[in-house]
Amino acid sequence: MIDEKAPHETLTPEIRTRPFEKKKQGSPKRFDIASLLLPLLVLGLVLAVWAIVPTLKIRGHPLVEDYALPPPLTVLQSIPDEVHTGRLFSDTVASLFRIGAGFSLAVALGVPLGLWLGSRRSVRAALLPGVNFFRNLSPLAWIPFAILWFGIGDPAAIFLIFMASFFPLAMATMAAVATIPVVHFRVAKDYGFQGRELLLHVTLPAILPQVITALRVTAGVAWIVVVAAEMVGCKDGLGYGIYDARSALRLDLVALYMIIIGLLGIGLDRLLSQLTRLPGVRWGYER
Amino acid sequence: MNDNFALRLDHVSRDFGGLPVLDDLSLTITPGEFVVLVGPSGCGKTTLLNVLSGALAPSSGTVTTQGVLRTVYQHDGLFPWLTVRDNIGLGLRGLTDKEAKARELAELLALIRLEEFAGHYPHQLSGGMRQRVELARALAGRSDILLLDEPFSALDYQTRLRLRRELARLLALRPRTVVFVTHDIEEAAQLADRVLVLSERPAQVKTELLLTTPRPRDLTDPSVVEAMGRIIHDLGLAESDFELREKNLGE
Repeated sequence: MIDEKAPHETLTPEIRTRPFEKKKQGSPKRFDIASLLLPLLVLGLVLAVWAIVPTLKIRGHPLVEDYALPPPLTVLQSIPDEVHTGRLFSDTVASLFRIGAGFSLAVALGVPLGLWLGSRRSVRAALLPGVNFFRNLSPLAWIPFAILWFGIGDPAAIFLIFMASFFPLAMATMAAVATIPVVHFRVAKDYGFQGRELLLHVTLPAILPQVITALRVTAGVAWIVVVAAEMVGCKDGLGYGIYDARSALRLDLVALYMIIIGLLGIGLDRLLSQLTRLPGVRWGYER
Repeated sequence: MNDNFALRLDHVSRDFGGLPVLDDLSLTITPGEFVVLVGPSGCGKTTLLNVLSGALAPSSGTVTTQGVLRTVYQHDGLFPWLTVRDNIGLGLRGLTDKEAKARELAELLALIRLEEFAGHYPHQLSGGMRQRVELARALAGRSDILLLDEPFSALDYQTRLRLRRELARLLALRPRTVVFVTHDIEEAAQLADRVLVLSERPAQVKTELLLTTPRPRDLTDPSVVEAMGRIIHDLGLAESDFELREKNLGE
């Protein structure tokens, strides 16, 4: 029974209708413009600060000397010369070749070693301490040996890049193997995968997303090492270019080379990030 | 000796570091039979299944299987780097004739009604779809025994009901010997030819229940309801059991 005298509110729960809210629709096109304009805006600001600082004066004295912080325009003016002599180009090619060779070698040997470490307990027991030791040793510590063994030139730089990327790659691959669900191996057994087939068709694809991430991180480290290796172990390359320009007190050139190195580093990562678009690895990034 | 069996355990025991999980368990499963193992959690169901599948060796006793055996898991059973088509294709690895393989693959996709999703990857499917793909893979080609390890327990309730029906339908078309491990009493009553209720650890077969109503069975079918009552009673989960325990506790 419903008591008619009871306060109305207690009987009929208040029904509130919420107006359908139209979501603010940022059109995809507008979003693209923002994502393009915002970084350009920040870049412009940084350049502006860089341009203004050298012109500042305190009591008639410049805040920084011209040679200590060459303004952007000076850096820009140094480009034609460097392009004309072909040095910028040849230095870039030399550096890219070295990282290409050293990094490829590290991938070709480091990933298989990681797989081996990950799938065999005895191998892990034997080699893991060594891998750990070298991973924690700065590759730059090898410079004296690299020069002694290989002399000045490509092989020394390639060796250093290899030492910088081989051990982290092996470790990352090994760690990835440890995360494979045990169910995958049981299923593999049910469907007759063994030995080499198991490794290539189960273990490897199971860790590929993580390996690709490791490749990107390690390539960044290797690119940093290129510059350092070339400063002492080579007579060309972007790193040597910086060293050479410094000796001549041409800090405008140093800045130019720094910009090139940074841009190439971004390019390298963009290139490797394309690997994450492979259909067989998307699962690793979307869950 | 009766040689007509698909799977047989003879006095199987298994312990983990001195803790007996299976103790002198004997069990025979005949070809084409649908056996459901139900037991309280932690009673050793999964250990039993791992012993049956060969993933785990018994401490003593023997396990004999006749035929190709495949396991369907609760989750992670599909290879995430392969499409639906390629995952099911794993079950057809034995087939060398390419044409026959393609035909069988198309048939299996039609069987689980996922033709449109052949090119999808597992992470792009719902949980129910994924389990259907797993079933199709396990049924592909020459397989004789299916071990199902709580295959529907990660799914929502309504999907679970649908997939029970789906499993019954698939098995009518492609008969197999099935060992189905679950904690779900409804599942047992709706699907099994024989329900084995396991005791607490170490697992022993406490009671055995035979069900003859043809599949698919409605959840509210009297035989199913009756079976559920029996299983609940055998597991010590009936209201009278609770009352008894509370009374004992009070004294």
